[in-house]
Amino acid sequence: MIEVVNLHKYFGMLQVLKGVNTRIKKQEVVCVIGASGSGKSTFLRCLNLLEEPTSGEIIIDGIPLVEQRKDINRLRQKVGMVFQQFNLFPHMTVMENITLAPMKLKGMSKVEAHDKARDLLSKVGLPDKDNEYPNRLSGGQKQRVAIARALAMDPEVMLFDEPTSALDPEMVGEVLNVMKQLANEGMTMVVVTHEMGFAKEVGDRIMFMDEGIIYEEGAPQELFDNPQRDRTREFLGKVL
Amino acid sequence: MDSVIKSLSDAIYYNLIREQRYMQFIQGLGISLQLTLYAAVLGTIIGLFMALAKLGRIKWLQGLATLYVDVIRGTPAVVQLVLIYYAILGSSNLPKIVVASVAFGINSGAYVCELIRAGILAVDRGQMEAARSLGFSYSHSMIYIIIPQAIKNILPALANEFIVLLKETAIAGYIALDDLTRAGNIVRGRTFDAYTPFIVVALIYLYITTILTWLLNKLEGRLRESD
Repeated sequence: MIEVVNLHKYFGMLQVLKGVNTRIKKQEVVCVIGASGSGKSTFLRCLNLLEEPTSGEIIIDGIPLVEQRKDINRLRQKVGMVFQQFNLFPHMTVMENITLAPMKLKGMSKVEAHDKARDLLSKVGLPDKDNEYPNRLSGGQKQRVAIARALAMDPEVMLFDEPTSALDPEMVGEVLNVMKQLANEGMTMVVVTHEMGFAKEVGDRIMFMDEGIIYEEGAPQELFDNPQRDRTREFLGKVL
Repeated sequence: MDSVIKSLSDAIYYNLIREQRYMQFIQGLGISLQLTLYAAVLGTIIGLFMALAKLGRIKWLQGLATLYVDVIRGTPAVVQLVLIYYAILGSSNLPKIVVASVAFGINSGAYVCELIRAGILAVDRGQMEAARSLGFSYSHSMIYIIIPQAIKNILPALANEFIVLLKETAIAGYIALDDLTRAGNIVRGRTFDAYTPFIVVALIYLYITTILTWLLNKLEGRLRESD
């Protein structure tokens, strides 16, 4: 469903991605781990072109990058994204946050969009928060609303950029549970995370990134229990 | 004591009452307020477009807006006013208030541009990213997400700019527009009293700016409440 070929990204002189190659299949859950500065967030942000790749190819549903650039807004409707800092719209209620995009971009009626938003809010465990403003919610609640907002566009893939890194420890679980449920329902997911427990349990494949490349990848059992290469071992030794 | 009261009442009589001179001040105030209002509206419109030009990605528009802001902020308002009056608009038969409104509007636009730009830049970058990631275009992201949040940052500064603008218009007399300050000048010319007319002028300005500042504080309070 997503194919990445020889992806390079420079920020000025700094080379952040040095040739990333991978394929993400439908319904697959890929967890991307690695030290900070390894390029994992940049890689994720390239997948919906929030960062413009310097060179290389990203093919989504058979559509190459050059074609996607022409219709970038349509592409992004199919690729949901959840951010570390939530990025809810503070001037809108939870309901408005979730319904804005479906109503404006998909022409969904207000009734339809509200029904859908209510379903999604129950799904993420916040059925009675529809009229709250984001600043009245806890971090974990904000992130669950952000997930609901992304899901409201019926994306084919969900990208998660360190979704629990800005949360207090006691709130990490509630967000991971929602993500786990989503994975069980067959959503295609790419998750940049430091939650090794989650990666091991939910991930179909773990990607270890180091210095701008996919240094090692494999099924969770292989990669966590029997890493083949030095730096993977070193990294896992530090975090596990 | 009696002589103080006598001279005070004489001053008031000669500078305000006689020949209905208070009308000079009232009409002058009317002109000053009108001028401020027109210039504020024009300045806001110019400022908004210049801010968007500066933030946008079209290079020549960006350059143009930067040049405009630098020239306006780098030269005295009175020089701009006189130049615009004589060189650009003086040759037509437009009323002076229109010429002055255009001049002050162009002047204010440069400051408003920077206020709006700063207000937009103060909105967290993640907001634009979140909007774009949902599939909104750049302009729709601006309209639905960024500008509504930026307005909260901008409004108090903008209101303050208008208070400054009211005082700036005191130089309109340079193109012989009978604003409040010039009213003071005219009355002084008749009464040869250097102090009283300008004390009256100062008190009127102070009164108006005090009201506007009070309104501004209320506005700021309400904006903070909604946070």
